[in-house]
Amino acid sequence: MPFNLDILALSPPGWGGVLLGGLLASLELAVGGYLLGLVIGVGGAFGKLYGGPILRDLLEIYTTLIRAVPELVLILLLYYAGTDAVNQLFLLIGLPAVDISGLAAGIFVIGVVQGAYSTEVLRGAIQAVPPGQIEAARAYGMSPFLALRRVTLPAMLPYAIPGLSNLWMIATKDTALLAVVGFSELALVTRQAAGSTKAYMTFYLAAGALYLLVTLFSNVVISFIERHARRGMPRTV
Amino acid sequence: MRDAACLARCDGMNQETVTLSAYVPPKARSLFEPHRLFLMAVFLVIVFCAVWFLRWDWLPKYGPRLAYGVWQTLVMLFWTSVIGFLLALPIGLVQVTGPRPLAWLAKGFCTIIRGTPLLLQIWLLYYGLGSLFAQYPEVRSSFLWPYLRQAWPYGFTALMLSFAAYEGEVMRGAFAGVPRGELEAARAFGMGRWTMFRRIWLPRAIHRALPTLTGETVLQLKATPLVATITVIDVYAVISKIRQDTFLTYEPLLLLALIYLCLTGILVGGFRLLERRIPTRSA
Repeated sequence: MPFNLDILALSPPGWGGVLLGGLLASLELAVGGYLLGLVIGVGGAFGKLYGGPILRDLLEIYTTLIRAVPELVLILLLYYAGTDAVNQLFLLIGLPAVDISGLAAGIFVIGVVQGAYSTEVLRGAIQAVPPGQIEAARAYGMSPFLALRRVTLPAMLPYAIPGLSNLWMIATKDTALLAVVGFSELALVTRQAAGSTKAYMTFYLAAGALYLLVTLFSNVVISFIERHARRGMPRTV
Repeated sequence: MRDAACLARCDGMNQETVTLSAYVPPKARSLFEPHRLFLMAVFLVIVFCAVWFLRWDWLPKYGPRLAYGVWQTLVMLFWTSVIGFLLALPIGLVQVTGPRPLAWLAKGFCTIIRGTPLLLQIWLLYYGLGSLFAQYPEVRSSFLWPYLRQAWPYGFTALMLSFAAYEGEVMRGAFAGVPRGELEAARAFGMGRWTMFRRIWLPRAIHRALPTLTGETVLQLKATPLVATITVIDVYAVISKIRQDTFLTYEPLLLLALIYLCLTGILVGGFRLLERRIPTRSA
């Protein structure tokens, strides 16, 4: 089996540039989805901890549903339902239907899925913060938002980072699922390249190496962030 | 009298601070609080709307095929998890106690499998390895070829390896977490290495890993639909076929979500029963 590496060249006869473009799309999706998930997660965690009974039950239903159904099925459902719903809404207020970009829909889908998981991670982390610290912030007369920004979020970060870094890894890998709805990220681009050159092994191995590079690089960055967030805390081991 | 009782209790408290300071969950909320009844009513209305306004007339026609798909999914889930778990034991063990090269090999395996998407691994095995096999006449003429030309062995292998890698990481922690004293006690009893492993180390490690096994199995269930992308027939593939036949977008997908929801519920409930049967010392 000759591995012809010329087809991985960056310029057009080779497919290297296309693969890197796919990787870029994947990373955009992952970053966007992850950030959206974090926003949903912060809101969800606070809703679960301090919200009223109805809000808590609704959030419980949200996290349970999302975590029990395969991501692939959720992506199909949300991708079609999400774009459909926006168009229906636009129709309702009299705007013309728009073509929602695959990127926006993909970020929405990954974000909603990630939001359920990060809700749970952040809820656990907030509960690990000694309640006295949050009470002290209130006693100082801080508004809820100020207390969140100055006390709760920084104090919970060390507890949340292992879970959140895990979620980032899941986000980068979940982007591959969007290949199923035809969004040309790394996995789909690889499949197309492999299909048209018949060099299946070469391209799948190359794509695997790219994903692995992202993971390993993320690991380095995460350990750096973790060391920064844990500064001043007693060492566990 | 009351003081004496209080004193006795306080005394008891001092002795058993560990048991008393353990977290006591607040009383569970009843299912029949007003807001829950309201939410249930809303939910019933949604279900009624879904049944009334969406099209479900295709359901009887595809019933048997759906049941077959669910069965295939469950078979795939069961065997990939069982074999993957058996693979995970050595993978975890060599990382804790094995010789250096084996430990590195196991660690590399876990890193590579956990660092790349499962979808890509499945495609790599099916399209990449499958096309490689097809090039060699030796493989084509071997007795394995009737299996290797089908899709399911590739999907099965990918799922199995993925489970082995994720669970291997868990088992590594579980093996490392067994208190040294127990192993030393086993050695002091004159047990050989193998007896010690069989009687003490393995059971204690599995016991420690059991709570995570539920989550890993649910994750594995959620990974099974990926094999449908390489033409293996499972419940997801059946639903995709229905969607192509009937041109319906949402109804089959909603049913699919409901099926997976039920399967997850059954899995979690089953594991809870299993865990309850295993004696634990509550301290």
